[in-house]
Amino acid sequence: MEKIRVEHLDFYYGNYRALSDVSIAIEEREITALIGPSGCGKSTFLRCLNRMNDTIRGTRVNGKVLLDGQDIYHRNTKVVELRKRVGMVFQRPNPFPQSIFSNVAFGPRVLGLMNRRDLASIVEESLRGAALWDEVKDRLNEDALSLALGQQQRLCIARTIAVKPEVILMDEPCSALDPIATLQIEELMQSLKTKYTIVIVTHNMQQAARVSDFTGFFWMGKLVEADVTDSVFTRPQKKLTEDYITGRAG
Amino acid sequence: MSRYRMQRLGFALLTLISLVVVAPILAVIGIILVEGMGAISWEFITAMPFDGMKQGGIFPALVGTLLLTLGTAVVAIPIGVGGTIYLAEYARDTLVTRCIRLAIVNLAGIPSIVYGLFGLGMFVLFLRMGTSILAGALTLAIMTLPVIISTAEESLRSVPTEFRTVSASLGGTRWQGIRYIILPQALPGIITGIILGLLRAAGETAPILFTVAAFFLPRLPQSPFDPTMALPYHLYVISTQVPGMPIHIQHGTALVLLALVLSMNLFATIIRSYFRRRRQW
Ligand SMILES: Nc1ncnc2c1ncn2[C@@H]1O[C@H](COP(=O)(O)OP(=O)(O)OP(=O)(O)O)[C@@H](O)[C@H]1O
Ligand SMILES: [Mg+2]
Repeated sequence: MEKIRVEHLDFYYGNYRALSDVSIAIEEREITALIGPSGCGKSTFLRCLNRMNDTIRGTRVNGKVLLDGQDIYHRNTKVVELRKRVGMVFQRPNPFPQSIFSNVAFGPRVLGLMNRRDLASIVEESLRGAALWDEVKDRLNEDALSLALGQQQRLCIARTIAVKPEVILMDEPCSALDPIATLQIEELMQSLKTKYTIVIVTHNMQQAARVSDFTGFFWMGKLVEADVTDSVFTRPQKKLTEDYITGRAG
Repeated sequence: MSRYRMQRLGFALLTLISLVVVAPILAVIGIILVEGMGAISWEFITAMPFDGMKQGGIFPALVGTLLLTLGTAVVAIPIGVGGTIYLAEYARDTLVTRCIRLAIVNLAGIPSIVYGLFGLGMFVLFLRMGTSILAGALTLAIMTLPVIISTAEESLRSVPTEFRTVSASLGGTRWQGIRYIILPQALPGIITGIILGLLRAAGETAPILFTVAAFFLPRLPQSPFDPTMALPYHLYVISTQVPGMPIHIQHGTALVLLALVLSMNLFATIIRSYFRRRRQW
């Protein structure tokens, strides 16, 4: 099943065209990796999928992004609703400077869930889902910033899934983490993919090859190649892709 | 000279300078404490003045200052904090908002006597409030607003943008992000600004001179439309306008004003550390 379909997407920061004519289909409950050199537009593309670019002034979008067939850039789309369905995990672990519990409970609370018992069960479920529960179950009221970075990032993932999204966007979620924490996140992604559609931006080619089912290669605002991960890494169709993944370009 | 000695000399110099800064403050507090302590009694604080203010207490002035500060807080806090949230979190950078910012910065630099004259013209005369607590509190509030707004804006801006982004990415509205994530982090700073502003209001004489303060009025105000005595003005009066005033009464009055201001300061510090510890929902 196709979860997201992007058709002829152009994106502008003022007059600067950061994405041109990007079309890609993203499968449900798969991990799609986006790779490419710095500044090629991966983050920009990712933010187009939950309209986080809306908050940046002077930006403009052409083309369509269909989520379950509905164009998210249609003027009837409620952006707040969209972001509940398409969650996001950022590059730097960024828990709120509050307790572990409050961090995970934030999403459900803004949705209007106030009952302490329901909240507690969502928090537990989300922390389990993010493979963090056993490490923090006895210290839910401690400051989230007292956690190690890798734990903080998993807390951010828990915070995201507490909203029960359908899609999770991850922008280089491991780039601030050590190898062990990175491995934990990668394992976590494998378990998350049974429930969620995941799109991950990564600079780490091995990571893309290890975790993803489908890979898109961006170059200077264009999607050069997008295919099943195995094919991209073993039989790339374009010379540019081959040069990049073998380290000759970028 | 060796680097080592250089450093020792530097330290000595800096210590000396900080002593120079602190010494006058300590001297003022010390003198007022020593000279004024004798005047302080339960009666001094709770009795009406009589015999040309040479006897009795300062009760109406104390109550007047408390009421004025309260009135200032009631007017200035909602407008100041609300306006700041708008300016810092919602308003775009347009000519209008720039003018507003410029006005606030300039307002902060206006001498307090000008506020007093403005209050006289605007509230007392034009709006026909008369010399009253209402007119005085409004005047003090206007004087306090720039302090509240500039510190509050500073503390809102010091909260990383990232948290606003994260809140939005979780489906929170702009207001929910502000209410539950941004404000709790900015609150200690905002409270500091509020207290600083109110402290200034409580201690000022010029703005209340024409708008509310009574020379001698040995009874408590009955409504916001009554004038009242106030501590700073009372201190001025008994120090300069009443011949033969016993000096310990002057020092005693100064001591009460000082204690009031310092205890508000202490209160602010306590609230601040309380909110620092408890940045929860
Ligand atoms: N807020 C912005 N305003 C203007 N230009 C921007 C903005 N954000 C990104 N850009 C530009 O758009 C282009 C794509 O940026 P983007 O962040 O999407 O790249 P990226 O592929 O994620 O890079 P990286 O791997 O370094 O994160 C870059 O040239 C960048 O300078
Ligand atoms: Mg990026």
